[in-house]
Amino acid sequence: MILLNEILSKYPKEQEYLIEILLEYQTSKKNHYISSEDVASISKYLGVPESQVCSVISFYSLLSMKPKGKYVIQVCHDVPCFVNDSTSIYDKLVEILEINDGETTKDNLFTLEITECLGRCNEAPAMRVNNLVYVSLTPAKVEKIINDLRGEKK
Amino acid sequence: MINFKINNIDIACEENTTILAAARQHNIDIPTLCNYPDLEIKSECRVCVVEIDGRKKLFTSCSTIATEGMIINTNSPKVLNARKTIIELILANHDASCTACPKNLNCELQSLANKLGIDDNRFPTVLEVKPLDNKNPVLIRNINRCIKCGRCIDVCKNVQSMSVLDVMGRSKDIEITPAYGKFLSDEYCVYCGQCASVCPVGAIIEKDDTDPVWEAINNPHLHVVVQVAPAVRVSLGEEMGMEAGSIVTGKVVAALKYLGFDAVYDTDFTADLTILEEGTELITRVTTGGTLPMMTSCCPGWISFAEQRYPEILDHLSTCKSPQQMFGALAKSYYAEKMELKPKDIFVVSIMPCTAKKYESQRVEMRIDNVNPDVDVVLTTRELSKMIKQMGINFESIEEVPFDKPFGITTGAAAIFGATGGVMEAALRTVYEIVNKEELTNLDFKSVRGLEGLKEAEVELGGQKVKVAVAHTLENAKLMCEQVKAGTSPYTFIEVMCCPGGCIGGGGQPYGTTKEVRQKRIDAIYSVDENMEIRKSHKNPDILALYEDYLEKPNSHKAHHLLHTYYHARKK
Ligand code: SF4
Ligand code: SF4
Ligand code: FES
Repeated sequence: MILLNEILSKYPKEQEYLIEILLEYQTSKKNHYISSEDVASISKYLGVPESQVCSVISFYSLLSMKPKGKYVIQVCHDVPCFVNDSTSIYDKLVEILEINDGETTKDNLFTLEITECLGRCNEAPAMRVNNLVYVSLTPAKVEKIINDLRGEKK
Repeated sequence: MINFKINNIDIACEENTTILAAARQHNIDIPTLCNYPDLEIKSECRVCVVEIDGRKKLFTSCSTIATEGMIINTNSPKVLNARKTIIELILANHDASCTACPKNLNCELQSLANKLGIDDNRFPTVLEVKPLDNKNPVLIRNINRCIKCGRCIDVCKNVQSMSVLDVMGRSKDIEITPAYGKFLSDEYCVYCGQCASVCPVGAIIEKDDTDPVWEAINNPHLHVVVQVAPAVRVSLGEEMGMEAGSIVTGKVVAALKYLGFDAVYDTDFTADLTILEEGTELITRVTTGGTLPMMTSCCPGWISFAEQRYPEILDHLSTCKSPQQMFGALAKSYYAEKMELKPKDIFVVSIMPCTAKKYESQRVEMRIDNVNPDVDVVLTTRELSKMIKQMGINFESIEEVPFDKPFGITTGAAAIFGATGGVMEAALRTVYEIVNKEELTNLDFKSVRGLEGLKEAEVELGGQKVKVAVAHTLENAKLMCEQVKAGTSPYTFIEVMCCPGGCIGGGGQPYGTTKEVRQKRIDAIYSVDENMEIRKSHKNPDILALYEDYLEKPNSHKAHHLLHTYYHARKK
């Protein structure tokens, strides 16, 4: 895990680098989130009030102040996926993970999110797990992906 | 000059004037909601939209600059419909239980809805009720009433440099809250109440403490005394429908007696006492090489700010308690003895222009017996007006009455505590005469008066030229603190008040405080001063008698115990 200070020291102490810092740090962090301590350090470094840092984080769905699972699963809900039955994909995930949109499993392994277009409409329905996009999904395929990821953990 | 038309009326205005400003200059009324005089233009609410000939969409008049030849309609059917729809949409996401809201009849949203003829809403409510932020002793935030105008964010950030509040979330999920969705607390809010003072609706309000006061008044075992701050006598009239700047000192006393208080005293008395204590402290610091510059300590918002943000400069703060707390301490010691009452049978109420005073009165340092607060309840000017209205007092016609003794005589120096620069001027009048052992020929230190954010003066003290400064708003206080912290402050004595204009612009004052209103209250304060028989604190015979009788001399051991305090860094 990279320390926040290492990331901060790469950037000039200017407000305009706030989003870049937030993104880089969140990606590097295991639970993909910015904690209140992180906000305080970033606020101090850039001289931007804590309330404003929180405001920026809360504006972007990509940024989070809540810890997320090791695998963040984003199911596309836009029209091309929707007409190709993305609902059954989402429902399957809800069934096997026992969580809803925005929630994280108790073992902190998975976070489920509904998202906008992932750019793979020709192979809909699609979902993304961290940086990897899976396409032409069926409920059975989804079950296998999850089982594989669970297996990886062991 | 720019020439154009609004509603077929020829208008001429300076370049770079907004349509709204031009309309108002010509007495054409365009309704607004997020807009507030002296604050940034936000164009959040869209209520002020107008139609401009030849353009398809509507424009917000508060942020659109008028240009040559424009033909503007402020009341076309399209505009009226848009305006009405906007208010209806806001109301659909607003806790509109008006009679259960302290802002009832004082609410800008309510009066706008009324003005636009909205008595029914086409849209069903979409409000998701959220919990109140009411865990602190001073302010209640009710997010269910918030209309997201952004005024509170603006004052807190740009006037007070506190940045406690900001916009969280996006689109329909927006909420205005402190960082991390937390509640207001003394770790990062100074309770100045400036946010409450500009909120157009009932989303930020001071805690109503009138109930315990009614109870005390009706308790036959309690001797209930009340003190009135200098700034209240030039503002309470506004709540009662009088002109801004009306001086209503005698009426306030009469109304308080009518409400049933056993004795009505003037905080001006302990303001005079503050000058003797603080002036003596300053002279000691200067002559014995103490920590300088010394900074004033009457303002609890400023004290909180220093404790939170500048703990390293706390020894620059005068150790004097504020006049409110000096009064409380005396009431439960000297006064109790004199009246042959037990301190616990005396109930002290303060009427203050300030919300932060509620917090100050609850500090553990403000208890001379280490258990019970010296000041039991603090009410704002607005809360007092509520009590007066409840009792059906006809304020304008009530016969004036003087303050009670033994704290009866006060001076012009104390009166001006209510305006920015007033404490400095009062202190200079006294310190000058004591140090230089000569009478001041001109009592008016005009350079420290007025609404300029930072003011300076130079005085000769003991053959030395000494520089002093006055700052109001925390944004300006910050500049002073940075200098002090860096060791580059050229000043010997600095007055700091947290609210714009000083206490007359406090967070507990009547709503609608603008620059113009502040100036009127300030003018009234200085006219009170001018008309006082005695205008220097050290010439107040009752103060001198108090020292003779009880406190011995300024900064004596006894005075230290009762009238001075200490500060501590807040964890952050
Ligand atoms: S009371 Fe003052 S410091 Fe606290 S949130 Fe309101 S404006 Fe900001
Ligand atoms: S709390 Fe009041 S001032 Fe602040 S955004 Fe809401 S309505 Fe506006
Ligand atoms: S007053 Fe113009 S947009 Fe709110």
